[in-house]
Amino acid sequence: MKKAIIMDAKDNVATVISAVAAGEEVTVLSTKQEVVQRIRAKEALPLGHKIALTDIKRGNEIKKYGAVIGKASKDITAGEYVHIHNVESNRMPLTEHMLGYR
Amino acid sequence: MEFQGFARPDGRVGVRNRVLVVATSDCAEPTARMIAQGIDGVVSVTQHQGCIAIETATTLIGAAKNPNICATLLVSMGCEGIEPAPMMSEVSQAGKPVELVQIQKLGSTRQTIARGREIVQKMAAEARKQKRKAFDVSQLAVGLKCGGSDTTSGIAANPAIGVMADMLVDAGASVVMIEPIEAVGAEEFMASRAASESVKKQILKWISDEEKRWTVPGASIDFMCRGNIDGGLTTVEEKALGAIHKGGHSPIQGVLKNRKGYLEMVPQGGGFYLQEGTHEEIPAITYMAAAGVNIIVFATGRGGVFGHAICPVVRVTGNPETWARMKEDMDVNASTIMEGKESIESVGQRILDEVVAVASGKLTISEQLGLDNFAVWKYDPRIEALLGLL
Repeated sequence: MKKAIIMDAKDNVATVISAVAAGEEVTVLSTKQEVVQRIRAKEALPLGHKIALTDIKRGNEIKKYGAVIGKASKDITAGEYVHIHNVESNRMPLTEHMLGYR
Repeated sequence: MEFQGFARPDGRVGVRNRVLVVATSDCAEPTARMIAQGIDGVVSVTQHQGCIAIETATTLIGAAKNPNICATLLVSMGCEGIEPAPMMSEVSQAGKPVELVQIQKLGSTRQTIARGREIVQKMAAEARKQKRKAFDVSQLAVGLKCGGSDTTSGIAANPAIGVMADMLVDAGASVVMIEPIEAVGAEEFMASRAASESVKKQILKWISDEEKRWTVPGASIDFMCRGNIDGGLTTVEEKALGAIHKGGHSPIQGVLKNRKGYLEMVPQGGGFYLQEGTHEEIPAITYMAAAGVNIIVFATGRGGVFGHAICPVVRVTGNPETWARMKEDMDVNASTIMEGKESIESVGQRILDEVVAVASGKLTISEQLGLDNFAVWKYDPRIEALLGLL
């Protein structure tokens, strides 16, 4: 069973605690390990990355830890992979330096 | 909830009963080390910032006043810019014995070591006579730190420590967090925890001052890196929230001052406090120790392994790989969260249980190994002045 943790009841993303393949069902658990929701991953997700729990329209807030962590830069649908390709920071945009150099 | 601790004359309670030998500058450091060497229950420390900066003296004074210390011997060469007499008078305000040996006065390093060892043997003998007594857990002050963070830090170790922090504050204990740089991006969340408008202003300044220090043109840093992104962090807001989540959700009572020769001790009576200072591992813990913190809880994804001369360090890892590889060096396993086997809440309770056990005398792994890290840091007054932060 693939699992994800939702940090706060107000969040619209959950963080997967193992790598997930496209099409796999993910059980979303609270910090008390209660089952909050079950969702099918539309794409593959690496360990520690985020899955959308609901549809999030472009410009709307991404919520994690009960707080805003950025906004959707594209329309996102439930079950999609949420990361730098569809989220932008309200605080500090990612620079070429942060993104490119290994 | 109770623990077995050592009562101090100033009303604070210690979880250890160490004798401290302090070289007031690193000129006298080897001498101080040789005084302390091989004597059970005695540890030596110093500062490497030169002998003129008063800021370093406040950290050393704070270390001596820490309730984990029962008595202090200052060792000075004799011509330091930092005068030992005011240091002694400050330390004696805590009601504990403090003595001084000066190499230039005694005439030789050898004589100083001999005299110093005589004093310290007596202090250690007195310490051995002292017994632990039962105290309510509200008498504890716990400091939080993370280092060697990775993907698991914001998902497992930090949230679990946050649960522990909330439990401690609910029980009337004090919790201290120091790492302003990691709060850059989580201003709104931190401000929402402020106990009052004036504290809110202090919190926001604590964060914005630190951001200014690290965004000087030509010498600025990236707040996010490729490693963070590959590990799953999308924005600096997410990174910051994951880091500061080890502080839990309780109201922030204030920001402990640590500037210009004034280092504020954590008030007794419980509550969550931030502290001015740095994010650098050993200096940050040293600052918290100087503010009177008893125990440090340290979250590490990749496996940071150090201890501290003044405070026991409880090491917590949330990374299953790190736990498997470095079990011998980790005090608490939080990686069951990443394996889906245990809830964050449950791990938080386990960390609290470990903290109470350590408070009552259980040795951490770093103590079993005799790791006694200690480092004094200071703000550069020229940078503070240039950035308008004074």
